[in-house]
Amino acid sequence: MSTFHLGIALDGAGWHPAAWREPDARPRDLLSAGYWLDQVRVAQEAIADLVTFEDSFAIQSTDHFAPDDRLDQVRGRLDAELIAARLAPVTEGIGLVPTVTVTHTEPFHVAKALATLDWTSRGRAGWQVRVSAGSSQAELFGRRDFLEFVAPFDIEDPAVAAHVSDTFEEAADVVEVVRRLWDSWEDDAEIRDVATQRFIDRNKVHRVDFESRFFSVRGPSITPRSPQGQPVVTSLAHSRVPYELAARSADLIFVTPFDDDDARRILGEVHDAETRVGREGEPLQVWADVVVVLDADGETGQARRARLDETAGTVWTTDTGIDAGSAAAIADRVESWRDLGYAGVRLRPATLPGDLTAIARDLAPELRRRGLARGAYDRATLRGLLGLPTDVPSRYAAA
Amino acid sequence: MSETGKPRKQIILGAYLGGVNHHTLWQLPEAGSQIDFSSFEHTARTAERGRFDFFFLAEGLALRERDGQVFDQDVIGRPDTFTVLASLAAVTEHLGLAATINATFNEPYELARQLATLDHLSGGRAAWNVVTSFDAFTGQNFRRGGFLDRSQRYERAGEAVALVRALWDSWADDAIVADQASGRFLRGPDDAGRLPGQFEHHGNQFDVRGRFTVPRSPQGHPVVLQAGVSPQGRDFAAASSDAIFSPFTRLDEAQAYYRDIQERAARLGRAPGSVKILPSGSFVLGDTQAEAEEKARWVRDQQVTGKTALILLEQIWNRDPSSYDPDGPLPDVEPDVAAPPFIQGRALLDADRVGWANRLRARAEEHGFTLRETVIDQLSRAEFVGTPQQVADRIDDFVQQDGSDGFIVGSHLVPTGLDEFVDRVVPLLQERGSLRTEYTGTTLRDNLGLAVPERRAAEPEPALA
Repeated sequence: MSTFHLGIALDGAGWHPAAWREPDARPRDLLSAGYWLDQVRVAQEAIADLVTFEDSFAIQSTDHFAPDDRLDQVRGRLDAELIAARLAPVTEGIGLVPTVTVTHTEPFHVAKALATLDWTSRGRAGWQVRVSAGSSQAELFGRRDFLEFVAPFDIEDPAVAAHVSDTFEEAADVVEVVRRLWDSWEDDAEIRDVATQRFIDRNKVHRVDFESRFFSVRGPSITPRSPQGQPVVTSLAHSRVPYELAARSADLIFVTPFDDDDARRILGEVHDAETRVGREGEPLQVWADVVVVLDADGETGQARRARLDETAGTVWTTDTGIDAGSAAAIADRVESWRDLGYAGVRLRPATLPGDLTAIARDLAPELRRRGLARGAYDRATLRGLLGLPTDVPSRYAAA
Repeated sequence: MSETGKPRKQIILGAYLGGVNHHTLWQLPEAGSQIDFSSFEHTARTAERGRFDFFFLAEGLALRERDGQVFDQDVIGRPDTFTVLASLAAVTEHLGLAATINATFNEPYELARQLATLDHLSGGRAAWNVVTSFDAFTGQNFRRGGFLDRSQRYERAGEAVALVRALWDSWADDAIVADQASGRFLRGPDDAGRLPGQFEHHGNQFDVRGRFTVPRSPQGHPVVLQAGVSPQGRDFAAASSDAIFSPFTRLDEAQAYYRDIQERAARLGRAPGSVKILPSGSFVLGDTQAEAEEKARWVRDQQVTGKTALILLEQIWNRDPSSYDPDGPLPDVEPDVAAPPFIQGRALLDADRVGWANRLRARAEEHGFTLRETVIDQLSRAEFVGTPQQVADRIDDFVQQDGSDGFIVGSHLVPTGLDEFVDRVVPLLQERGSLRTEYTGTTLRDNLGLAVPERRAAEPEPALA
């Protein structure tokens, strides 16, 4: 069995800003359940370990920290956790990993939402943790005054650095309290003991009593422990502070190399972050993100990329590498990452369904031939698919 | 036409899944899981088979505690409301999905987004049962804590509902063009210069602005449900909701409430019939009336054991009742109104403990009831007990005589309790012409006979309260 993993990142009509204009695109369906179900079914055909759903409280924008006024790109989206929940009963095998943000949400709600997704997907839930930095999202809630980011801003500016560091420190606290809430009911807390008229053994349901400088949560959760116990926690990261969040809190990190040297450097930095935060237990799984533009019938990936860029009116670049070409060429790249020590790859299809279909038809089988992707959904839970421990007793269980 | 000469009303039916109180008999061998998705799926599919309007999920945001310990005697624990309903959208086609969501411990921006998303993902079947809370006990589970003074409860709820509605109105129906040929995805700014989703609201409770991410959903506004008993609560519900949960199941009280709400709604300029009234009711069926009554007695005995009777009483008396005999008289001491609540995380039906205790005493004296019999009499009666024909008649008559517009029904048995209602009572209601045999509308609003609220592009009023 392959120990290398395959993920697929879904967002809108695909990751390229001109994706919605492709002939096979469905730009009017992006808000329908059927659209998302169709995409995930193709990802299931690819036998991907998991699929992620992007999300943000902010509307899509070319400006990372404020809405723009463009009318020529996809704008508007649905809550990702609910998309995953809508798909849970009608998908099988594949892990469902929505983005759920932590800065303006209530940790108690986040914990029970993801635990419930784990129930309704029968053990296939994951979480892509994301922060909401800057004032424009804070203003949607009106509860906190946040720093306004005006480009170009200087990450070394003490005010910026403090805001970033606080935001990620708070995120680590949120993940910590969510994990505690997931443990607040032990696996066998429900006893239904008729003789003593007890539905639960109250000694197996625990307060979490979490306090940090950002918030406090008492617990226990209202939701009984879910099939995985601890759903899989992931995060996307590009630099030192987010690497440390992942090293402290996540099971799996998505990183963004532009080439092999970059991939080597990032892997080292992530390992350093693990050392700095004193990570114990399972090592952090490092997955590489890459946008893929695959060869199609009668048109090379390179030509498709050029055509998409021309439609968009710009040579599109993004936060990670973009690979355009044949399934074999992209598999070569993936193989080189595996050899460096990466645990998986998360493919971002440039267009939907185009590149996703090509992944299922061409790239995933090529990866499988090389032992770089699994051949079947042969584990019941997402933790099982990822090779994470599947017997995860509550931290509160008496030893 | 009904016997009263008025056009026959179509009965609205909602289904609830029992849990988290003594009504749910987890002790029975046939009782299923309270958390596995299969239980929710079974009940929702059954409700849809019975052509119900919606499935209703209650919510509690802290586990009940008694004397500082998690309550272990009844069902406890529940799923996240939105997540379960979104999953149910996948296994049902027509059924409305009603989420009880607290306006105190959720922020309008996120709530509006979740409800609009549920509406999109279900093809127009989302509903929001607005509840408010101000208790510090529940607040300990949240960042903001028990931050809200009781006096601001309706102000916050009113402003939250108004703001959520403004967010639902922030995208025009035709804001998405998605013209692949021209490359135009979004329509440009409206007459007021606003881009799709752009909003701004400055009120006492909320001061927010930005761009909402969810384009207008199939219902425009998901259906809004509320409960309201106090005069303030009644006005709030009559002003801003599509349907109201009524606590009244005695016909005379229910009719008075029905009239009162309709009058309040009319005074607020709302069209007749635009606010639906829905009490909840449980049922016990039998082949004969005697058999049904016998079974109902048995259910009550199971629900209200001596231990449960003492605990229910303790909520009213706010004292440890363990020294009292369930088969003896009610406590002779007065309720302790000064002490902090002995039981946390449970809404009290009546805040006047002394008055409530006196009513129970009067009832016990009148009928010679023991403590346990008094509790059964007052707190644990199924509303509909009888043969399927009797129950169908009672429900239909109640609705046709304007006691309500329908009922939210549930059973003491999870998840299969609703089956016999659908198998045996629903066909009789359909025979009488009071319940649809097929769904006719595509959205919950259609099925309830509610109009789509006109989109208000203008600045929302800051608050209704």
